[in-house]
Amino acid sequence: MTKLPDQFSDLEPFAATWCLPTEPERWARRQESSIDEMRQLYEAVFSRYEAILAYVDRFPLDDMPEEARNLIHLTTSFVMVSFPVEVWNGPRIPDTGHATLERAISPAV
Amino acid sequence: MARFPKPAEGSWTEHYPGLGTGPVSYADSFTPEFFELEREAIFRRTWLHVGRVEQLARAGSYFTKEIAVARTSVVVVRDTDGKVRAFHNICRHRGNKLVWTDFPQQETSGVSRQMVCKYHGWRYGLDGACTFVQQESEFFDIDRAEYGLVPVHCDIWAGFIFINLGRVPEQSLRESLGPMVTAIEDYPFERLTHRYGFRSSVAANWKLMVDGLQEQYHAPIVHRNQRPENFDAHAAGFEAPHYQIEGPHRMFNSPGIRPWELPDDQIKPSERLVRGGLFGPWDPPDFFADTQVAGMRPGGHERVGVALFEIWPNFGIQLWERGWYHTYQHWPTSHDSHIFEWNMYFAPPRHASDLIAQEMTAVSLKEFALQDDSLIETIQLTLGSGGLTEFPLGDQEVLCRHLHKTADEWITEFKNRA
Ligand code: FES
Ligand SMILES: [Fe+2]
Repeated sequence: MTKLPDQFSDLEPFAATWCLPTEPERWARRQESSIDEMRQLYEAVFSRYEAILAYVDRFPLDDMPEEARNLIHLTTSFVMVSFPVEVWNGPRIPDTGHATLERAISPAV
Repeated sequence: MARFPKPAEGSWTEHYPGLGTGPVSYADSFTPEFFELEREAIFRRTWLHVGRVEQLARAGSYFTKEIAVARTSVVVVRDTDGKVRAFHNICRHRGNKLVWTDFPQQETSGVSRQMVCKYHGWRYGLDGACTFVQQESEFFDIDRAEYGLVPVHCDIWAGFIFINLGRVPEQSLRESLGPMVTAIEDYPFERLTHRYGFRSSVAANWKLMVDGLQEQYHAPIVHRNQRPENFDAHAAGFEAPHYQIEGPHRMFNSPGIRPWELPDDQIKPSERLVRGGLFGPWDPPDFFADTQVAGMRPGGHERVGVALFEIWPNFGIQLWERGWYHTYQHWPTSHDSHIFEWNMYFAPPRHASDLIAQEMTAVSLKEFALQDDSLIETIQLTLGSGGLTEFPLGDQEVLCRHLHKTADEWITEFKNRA
């Protein structure tokens, strides 16, 4: 069973790993991912970003079909890996010791 | 070369002569004795922000707030008349904590028609009145009217709910905020309801964290890697266009980088793609397009994009020029630890692209905040040795100077009273 709309079958290989609805899940996945895995996701979503927006923006936010919602979750994972790929060259922020910051409240998507 | 003019006295620090220019003692940030004094001298006397009115959407909505520094828990409710009330979260029968879920030390929230004690079942209305005593006839002439919940002073400004644990507050909330702070009340807080909340347990004194937010002298060094190589606006260091101090409160403006005006090679590619990042979503909400809140720019600089107001003692409101804001809050738990709460408030997204720009903002700020957290914990580690207690502060650290002086004054004044 596929998670994403048909026209995004090229992104389907990322769906099982990265369609994560909450920030704590995306943060945890980032920590356990290699830079190569994150770069692949980053490049794939980056190149389809306009098509993704054109697709998801057709639906009201409070009435999204499941596949569109999955596509948004995949895109928020792209957002999560943008610093590791563009800036840190890895999942961790240098010199942050064991500082933590838990996302306690997120609007539902 | 200075990018922004300084006051006639030559510096922001000298503009406020009481601050002095000598080294500043940080003994207030690592000694248990000072922390013990702060409990009474500061946190039981001041108005403390505990939440937003949107958290109490309807009659019966409630949340609890754990205030370790005052050794208390408070329950805040909206009663059937729509009035917001606060009570000590303690049952009048034998002192059980009244409102909690599963873990008594953790905060909770919900909607309820009444508050029922988990121990012997006494009940209280949303107005705090005791409405039911289990096996009432077993008691000795008990008058329920005398056993209502103990109220805590509670008031609202601009949709922010404050409490005051003093027996009689020394000032009204509005008086205590003063004109500099209340001048931002026209910011459309009530329409910026899409909230992202972060929470962190920080191994550092609460004032060190406030320092880390109210000076940006560190930003070009600590946060240098977050910007592309070509972005050199910070190469010359940080200068604020305006600092202002009023009573125990303080504010500053940042120059306000406008990423939407920068060339491609000075912006993270993903930030340009989603039109959002460290400086917020690029596209303001429709209702905000022409909003001007003069109080955000008390120095009259038109181009400043950001204003941080540090409201004594532990609450910060940071306003951005494109219609979103965030708040910082510091809840001390010991002389070298506190809970840091960070809430970002946006307009409800119009469509998915707004949502993604908000998410990019929340994610970007977290990258910075973890760096700040970590450094502040590092400072605590070394300060704790007591080997060095006095430090020189520069003019871009004028607000840190003011914070430590204010803490010291409040403690001294309290001791003198006693
Ligand atoms: S302690 Fe609450 S009913 Fe006994
Ligand atoms: Fe910082």
